[in-house]
Amino acid sequence: MTEPIITLRNVTKRYDSHTILKNINLTLESGKFYTLLGPSGCGKTTILRAIAGFMQVSEGDVLFAGKRINEVPANKRNVNTVFQDYALFPHMTVAENVAFGLTLKKVAKDEIAQRVAQALKLVQLADYGDRAISELSGGQQQRIAIARAIVMAPKVLLLDEPLSALDAKLRRQMQYELRDLQQRLGITFLFVTHDQEEALAMSDEIFVMNQGEILQSGSPVDIYDEPINHFVANFIGESNILPAKMIADFQVAFGGHQFECADAGIPDNEPVEVVIRPEDLTLTTLDQAKLTVTIDTQLFRGDYYEIAATDNLGNAWLIHSVNPAEDGETIGITFRPQDLHVMRFGEKEAEFDARLETYEELEDDDVDET
Amino acid sequence: MTKRRTWTYFLPYGLWLALFVIAPVALIVYQSFFDLGHHFTFSNYSTYFQSATYLKMTANSVWYAFLITLFTGLISYPTAYFIHQLKHRQFWLLLVILPTWINILLKAYAFIGIFSQAGLANQFLTFIGIGPQQILFTNASFIFVATYIQIPFMILPIYNALDDLNPAFVNASRDLGASNWQTFRHVIFPLTLPGVKAGVQAVFIPSLSLFMLTRLIGGNKVITLGTAIEEHFLTTMNWGMGSTIGVVLIIAMIIVMLLTGDQKSKGGTPR
Repeated sequence: MTEPIITLRNVTKRYDSHTILKNINLTLESGKFYTLLGPSGCGKTTILRAIAGFMQVSEGDVLFAGKRINEVPANKRNVNTVFQDYALFPHMTVAENVAFGLTLKKVAKDEIAQRVAQALKLVQLADYGDRAISELSGGQQQRIAIARAIVMAPKVLLLDEPLSALDAKLRRQMQYELRDLQQRLGITFLFVTHDQEEALAMSDEIFVMNQGEILQSGSPVDIYDEPINHFVANFIGESNILPAKMIADFQVAFGGHQFECADAGIPDNEPVEVVIRPEDLTLTTLDQAKLTVTIDTQLFRGDYYEIAATDNLGNAWLIHSVNPAEDGETIGITFRPQDLHVMRFGEKEAEFDARLETYEELEDDDVDET
Repeated sequence: MTKRRTWTYFLPYGLWLALFVIAPVALIVYQSFFDLGHHFTFSNYSTYFQSATYLKMTANSVWYAFLITLFTGLISYPTAYFIHQLKHRQFWLLLVILPTWINILLKAYAFIGIFSQAGLANQFLTFIGIGPQQILFTNASFIFVATYIQIPFMILPIYNALDDLNPAFVNASRDLGASNWQTFRHVIFPLTLPGVKAGVQAVFIPSLSLFMLTRLIGGNKVITLGTAIEEHFLTTMNWGMGSTIGVVLIIAMIIVMLLTGDQKSKGGTPR
């Protein structure tokens, strides 16, 4: 484990009576790609501003490489920001924009020229130095904004929804480029977005936020496969969430049936929720069905069909299937035990992790015995 | 069809423009080519450009307009910047605008009262032991009052420019390591320069033709082009000469407009 470069300890932010951040704790290790993911107004940009130094936190500590930097002004912090609307200075050329920070630092002229050229090359706009900002397309401005930040060689790069203004195709391309850039430079990236697809594609670790709290943190795969609660499950990817009841360890009941599942450590008969991802559901014949549903509508999505169906208890189901179904057809669906994920109401991340650990050990023991 | 309809919307103002802007300017240009005997001539222009009095008057007008604009700017930019940081900025802005609702003549007379021998200013000077001074009818008092009157017209465009400035630029500058002063010098001021230019236009051009204040406050010691025009039209009845000065004034205004206009410069300015 590398040493943490940024730590937020019990950070709270209030505006008048309004609490924007509630007791945030997070640790960023150097050289990784982190994402703050959440709906607008959840406080993710506020965290970024607290780290950048544009805003003072009400309580708690902001630490940079172990040192408290709450009182250090933004211009003295070794972090740089890529702004949502890029904030490129319109009265300067591309090269002047990129050179801005170095000029202030009184770096030698030829070194500035060399580093600016290098940064522009890195974002693949080597010949654009003399252009005016207004002559650039959105995607090019985006890259210049990145070049202007990385030319400062920061320890941490903060990116505030930098891709939100780009069209879908360019956004995908920039996702690759950003990820590639981060890995080549080895700088810690803290990326803020409300787009779960972006977060899943690029991050080493995601912090899912809502209403000023971090609900869950973990690798994209962990968060996708084992969301902690209804909000996370719903926000990340598409999902079928059903009310259920825990019968015993590895046994859960919903939709009028009892199923084997992969979750344990929950008291028997506790009401819970079950998540099943649409792509984990398979259409099958009625005799092999775990559940029977009636097809309502389907949409062709190119690489799959998105099928909306209803079971006999009135629960709505979303199914991704390679093969089409007939509207109005009654059809069976099936899934594997590990495709079910059980969520307890009101469980906190620490409790969730602790519970996962107990029974994952149990599973390992089972393996040893056999 | 639609084109014709939009044209009719413009008609009322178009008439106004034609009758009260274009026609008078055309008349002034026309008049400037006639002498006192109503004969067509260029002599007005040759008189103007050969007369030391007129040229000095022109230089005077430009110099005083420059001074008024300079002092207005020096006071207005910090004020606009300060007001923009305040919590109740709309209220403070209202206080700035308030004096413009009062007629300029009333303000001039008020200053005559304040600056006169027994006025408030001299009472204060007596009180602190300096004794009464001649304040009214000095160049300094003329510049002071003119500056006072022009300040709102400079503060407003600068304030608006500051308001339009995307705060992300300021954050970006800080983020890249600029101190407050560096941010102001390299980012805020250059980006609000259009507001300053608009303010200069709004102050410099009217200041060129000030004539009421030169008489009431300046005691006619400062003769500006505005005063000269008034004299020619109302006292000497030499409309041709008055019009010529008017034309010169209009050209001067156009030059100022061009100088302070929004040239679309290509990117940054070399330093």
